[in-house]
Amino acid sequence: MTRMTGADAIIRSLEAEGVDVCFGVPGGMIIDTYDALYRAQANGSKLRHVLARHEQGAGHMAEGYARASGKVGVAIATSGPGATNLITAIADAWMDSTPLVCITGQVPSTKIGTDAFQETNATGITLPIVKHSWLVQKASEIPATIKAAFHVAQTGRSGPVLVDITKDAQIAELDFKYPDHVDLPGWNPPRKVNHRQIMAAAKAILEADKPIFYVGGGIINGEASAELLELAELTNIPVVTTLTGKGGFPESHPLYVGVPGMHGMKYSNLALNRADLVIAVGTRFDDRVTGNVSAFAPNAKVIHFEVDAAEIGKIREAQIPICAPLQPALVRLLAELRKQMSEGREGPTDWLDKIAAWKEEFPLRYELGDMLKPQQVLEAVRDVTEGLGDVVWTTGVGQHQMWAMQYLVCDRPRSFITSGGLGTMGFGIPAAVGAKAARPDATVICIDGDGCFQMTSKELTTATLHGLPIIVVLIRNGYLGMVRQWQEMFYGERYSQTDLTGPIPDYAKMAEAFGAVAMTVTNAGELDAALERALAENAAGRSVLVDAVCDPQEKVFPMIPAGASAADTIEYGSHEKAKEVEAR
Amino acid sequence: MKHTLSVLVEDKPGALSRISNLFARRGYNIESLAVGQTEREGVSRITLRVDCAEHSLEQITKQIHKLVNVLRITELTPDDAVEREIALFTVAAPPERRGELMAFADHYGARVSDLGPQEIVFEMVGHPEDLDSFEELVRPYGIKEMVRTGRIGLSRAVRH
Repeated sequence: MTRMTGADAIIRSLEAEGVDVCFGVPGGMIIDTYDALYRAQANGSKLRHVLARHEQGAGHMAEGYARASGKVGVAIATSGPGATNLITAIADAWMDSTPLVCITGQVPSTKIGTDAFQETNATGITLPIVKHSWLVQKASEIPATIKAAFHVAQTGRSGPVLVDITKDAQIAELDFKYPDHVDLPGWNPPRKVNHRQIMAAAKAILEADKPIFYVGGGIINGEASAELLELAELTNIPVVTTLTGKGGFPESHPLYVGVPGMHGMKYSNLALNRADLVIAVGTRFDDRVTGNVSAFAPNAKVIHFEVDAAEIGKIREAQIPICAPLQPALVRLLAELRKQMSEGREGPTDWLDKIAAWKEEFPLRYELGDMLKPQQVLEAVRDVTEGLGDVVWTTGVGQHQMWAMQYLVCDRPRSFITSGGLGTMGFGIPAAVGAKAARPDATVICIDGDGCFQMTSKELTTATLHGLPIIVVLIRNGYLGMVRQWQEMFYGERYSQTDLTGPIPDYAKMAEAFGAVAMTVTNAGELDAALERALAENAAGRSVLVDAVCDPQEKVFPMIPAGASAADTIEYGSHEKAKEVEAR
Repeated sequence: MKHTLSVLVEDKPGALSRISNLFARRGYNIESLAVGQTEREGVSRITLRVDCAEHSLEQITKQIHKLVNVLRITELTPDDAVEREIALFTVAAPPERRGELMAFADHYGARVSDLGPQEIVFEMVGHPEDLDSFEELVRPYGIKEMVRTGRIGLSRAVRH
């Protein structure tokens, strides 16, 4: 037991949780905690703090850190606007199941409810987008609350939690002892695997003619990629991974098919939709994957591995639901399959041949033009980084994100970090800074768009000042491109408020102002050299912007319009078909 | 379709709003809600009645089950549960109509809990549907005010 202030206890609790870096912005109601941090660091604490330029940035950094490391991300903000600025990141973490502990200061307990300066009801505002939240008004409750917060954030389906701590609780003293265990009688995420269901799953898998693994972000959060790879190889069953699952199965592997969904490869959608058995793993049948649910994989039986019971049967009925942590569940499935399988089983070879034929027939394609094409830039970045030891990709949201999904090749989990569920523009740069803090030896590259860049580019300052150098490859097409694409295809080419062209901003100057090296590329001939230089500058510790000026008219294909099904896929160049869909 | 849910929760601030939020976000209105102590210290029981689609209810039930402060959630079905509610009705009761009202009250087991020259306050404890019937019956006389506690329920006693 050590006597200390609540603020000291916050720092000591973070240290006890093994936090090495946290992200935040100080303010009046969290100043005592920042004072405790200062004193702790002066006394040799290894807890590092990254000062973001906006609390939203701090939140996305914590997300990027969490998704690159597998650990819980920590974001700190003051009351009022500090807390509200964190909300987008909390919602983002909620949608993509990213473990996050957010600590916010709150006005003194005696002033709560009076509309005091910078007061906002942080627990109330975040209520629908956290796994749980706590309002702490007593210093003595801080250690147990932070212990519980970390526990809840990372057990079961991971996600964000909020701990809102009043100023008087930070100032008051307590006898500090970090608890050994949590007291949460109502928190019982599934731990066991139902063996009967595993037996049923194994039987269904061995009986299927056209089985497919449909794998989501849960494979990465659940640390079950190795088991998935073993399962796929044992059974010779092909794999599609969703946007958030990208990297959860090696994309260079012969059994890898692609990404399904609205902008997924046509062959991935065909494979998923024509399957007779969908083995869903850590995924939630998102509308961007299924399109029209009633036409989605209409002839398939579904096995659903998922740690969150509320996701099973939500969108699509599962004939064999398996509510359990993925890693032990897949281990059990492996064992059961080995028991049930006969020697020398070849697996669904006709099915694999069929998928291979679809890959031949419907490859991703684009045409070169006078201006740089975004796909060309992505291919160049992919090729120039091939063979680099450890690369982490992050993206903003929009067309560039979809091209990144289509053209980048991720062979390892935690190598592709994107805002999937919430679709948060501006996610990429701060997430990259957080990822770099988690994996300082990795090359961290953010694929960004010009709309996104203008939302969060200021965090390049954070990257520069905190020694967290990243590369930003800006697909600059002068538009809020994805909205522009919809306007062109479905809204009679009425480009309402999507034009970002014009003399300003000067992106290169912006990047330079933030301490980064900047290069503007306008033709293919300059591309490789610029990217090589970017890698070299980055290796030398600089953040770099590669500002690639691209064709504004290029659209992301294939595309399944919202609410349609795989049969309605619009392929590259088939704008006539788009008009047909529009007319319907 | 209407459903009655019985939720055991830790006595913690915000537990109720976390639960009600899951209905509100889908546009479902909670028809009645009763919260009170249980046999266990620090544990409350929330009984709520809601009109919502079967599929949504299953989803909401699972999401409520996930809440950190929720210990247990069960649906009370009419066959397997005892359900009760209390209501107070202030009914216009001029002297010439009082006799009829008292006959209804007697039949339904409603008691007079207060009395004035022109009105009677009835109190009634019973199955919510019986309360509905009594309410229907006295409505033509003029219900000036009314309050109902919302239904509460428990599983039926073990028979063996």
